[in-house]
Amino acid sequence: MAKGKTNTEDYLRMYRQMVRIRTFEDNANQLYLSAKMPGLTHMYSGEEAVAVGICEALTDNDRITSTHRGHGHCVAKGAEFKEMFCELLGKEEGYCRGKGGSMHIADQSHGNLGANAIVGGSMGIATGSALRAKLQGADDVTVCFFGDGATAQGLLYEVMNMAALWNLPVIYACENNGYSEYTKTEEIAAGSITARAEAFGIEAFRIDGQDVLAVNELTQKLVARCRNGEGPFFIELETYRYHGHHVGDINREYYRSKEEEKDWKQNRDPIVRFRSWLVDQGIASEEEIEAMNAEIEKDATEAVAYAEAAKYPDAAEVDMHVYAD
Amino acid sequence: MATEILMPALSPTMEEGTLAKWNVKEGDSVSAGDVIAEIETDKATMEFEAADEGIVGKILVAEGSEGVKVNTPIAVLVEEGESADEAAASVEKAHASTHEQGAGHPAPAKVADEAGPGGQAPAPSVPDDPEIPEGTKMREMTVREALRDAMAEEMRADENVFLMGEEVAEYQGAYKVSQGLLDEFGPKRVVDTPITEHGFTGLATGAAMGGLRPIVEFMTFNFAMQAMDQIINTAAKTRYMSGGQMSVPVVFRGASGAAARVAAQHSQDYAAWYAHIPGLHVAMPYSAADAKGLLKTAIRGDTPVIFLENELLYGHSFEVPELDDYAIPFGKARIWREGNDVTLVSFGIGMEYTLKAAEKLAEDGVSAEVIDLRTLRPMDTAAVIKSVKKTNRCVTVEEGWPVGSIGNHISAVLMQEAFDWLDAPVINVTGKDVPMPYAANLEKHALTSVEEVLEAVKQVTYR
Repeated sequence: MAKGKTNTEDYLRMYRQMVRIRTFEDNANQLYLSAKMPGLTHMYSGEEAVAVGICEALTDNDRITSTHRGHGHCVAKGAEFKEMFCELLGKEEGYCRGKGGSMHIADQSHGNLGANAIVGGSMGIATGSALRAKLQGADDVTVCFFGDGATAQGLLYEVMNMAALWNLPVIYACENNGYSEYTKTEEIAAGSITARAEAFGIEAFRIDGQDVLAVNELTQKLVARCRNGEGPFFIELETYRYHGHHVGDINREYYRSKEEEKDWKQNRDPIVRFRSWLVDQGIASEEEIEAMNAEIEKDATEAVAYAEAAKYPDAAEVDMHVYAD
Repeated sequence: MATEILMPALSPTMEEGTLAKWNVKEGDSVSAGDVIAEIETDKATMEFEAADEGIVGKILVAEGSEGVKVNTPIAVLVEEGESADEAAASVEKAHASTHEQGAGHPAPAKVADEAGPGGQAPAPSVPDDPEIPEGTKMREMTVREALRDAMAEEMRADENVFLMGEEVAEYQGAYKVSQGLLDEFGPKRVVDTPITEHGFTGLATGAAMGGLRPIVEFMTFNFAMQAMDQIINTAAKTRYMSGGQMSVPVVFRGASGAAARVAAQHSQDYAAWYAHIPGLHVAMPYSAADAKGLLKTAIRGDTPVIFLENELLYGHSFEVPELDDYAIPFGKARIWREGNDVTLVSFGIGMEYTLKAAEKLAEDGVSAEVIDLRTLRPMDTAAVIKSVKKTNRCVTVEEGWPVGSIGNHISAVLMQEAFDWLDAPVINVTGKDVPMPYAANLEKHALTSVEEVLEAVKQVTYR
């Protein structure tokens, strides 16, 4: 495991944030399976080191854009369980007052410009956010999260072109979890993914997305370089989604073997790996970690109960927020 | 029947030229495609072809004439057996007050909510418009200049406003709408982009979400179909999806609709498309004053605006009030003529047909009330209903396609809210239900016409 910062609190916070994402998703999955949560949802479990490694290198003033598989980005950027579960259940106290749902959570207070449920749809927003920073002379950086499947969308190439031409402070973070919906990535993406960015003269990196310290260390360097006017950058993060494409994608053996899933979970789980590193380094004891896990579980249980009891938006809200003026 | 041959434009920015030579004389028969004249500007010479077959009944502008305004009638084509002089006289008469761009367009009567009980008042020369204080000086300018002035004024007033698009900076816009802006505001605020509509629409949307106020110029709205996902799924829906956390104060502007001889992929009218989308505001001005006033309002607002201009209108001149800050609210129609017998509703370039038709109707003793919607979302249906309660008849006029048209929507509103006042079915005069053809005669048939408006009025008035 790569050597990162030496600040114990930072390490513990990274661990805590990864467990919060996993716990959030376990609870969301249960809500869906018990028919309490409607619609369509996509689990981030397995990819926690990507969102946390990156977002821990950002400040609240830095921006992110997210995807349909966006709960992890949202938690990692600082969102609270209560407002997130309320949003998932379509309640008034949700981040978007119940109008966005699982695939559209935005959290302006922490610089999360929102999940965009059109694959690749947020690439323009992220790059536009970076253009805004440059025009304003601000030093914030925007990270654009997207999956390997989104590399097939033309918008990526349009915006990388302009980002490179204009040296915009944006980092394209491609979460390569090996599958584009129900199809292996190698069947939908010809050639190398990083070479796509390199063709525009964008410095590109390929990294183990299950190693939170490695992800964090690289991102810190790139964020600093972006602030220094050296952007944009591209990172391909090798990772894995534990669930199917969406929660209802249960019978998936025809495109992905159980052995492969087992291997990633047993041997490359980002939380398990980081936990044993923390213990080995003497940063936390097993007991302290168990206590932390239990506290997070309790937070989640309480937030779910709160959200279940919370009120739905008033019917009068149906035509609110269509227009600003 | 007689048709007029209009002074053509060699380029999108041409406003006048020299009629260098006539290749035909009065009495000659011509076929579509025959070279009938040579037109010159300081930059180029063009052979001008006949669009229809017929007999040159009358030459209205002699060869060698300089400074002939684009779209001025230069000759009249008649059919076999038709009297050339009568035809020419009627065409000239019809054009006397409305057609020559150089002479200025008629001024509107009143804005809708101030419309009085009516009468057969001809269009007054000075608009009685509460948005314009009495005694305001008027200045004649083209729609192109009015749009540029609106952007420049708003860019001076708010440093967050910037313009981006293809060729908007160095080249000053494909239709020269952004003339002078790069010089005044510099390359940080007048940004040339690659040919990448989906990309720069996304960038503008993202920049707007962070507090800037981008104006995006689409060279034409035909190319904005590449950007439809970012316009609809992101710009229009973000405020709602985020529960009001984020607004997207962006203006998408550019030419929409048929120009001249650019065929199917460059001639689409997008009025009805965008008017369908909640979360967008849609403006489609006709006059230079409205173009200026509405664009200023669009730039200031926090809602994404689709601002539909028209290539053929860019060079048209109108009176524009000389006011420090002339902003026009959205959702208020303008009444150009007051009348009692029939309500004509249009917007954008449709107003050209409508005003000409109203003029001809007046000669025949039919008093038409002409309403320019100006904005399609929000739409001032109240003004239309009020007018129809007076006239009991309505014809809508637009260049767009007939299915799911703006006229269809107005008809439905009138059915529901003014059914008992209607004495005839509402007729929608629209473009034909075909992609735009290239051949001049076919293009003419695919568009709507003054004759079609007159025929529709005849039907709703049972004449």
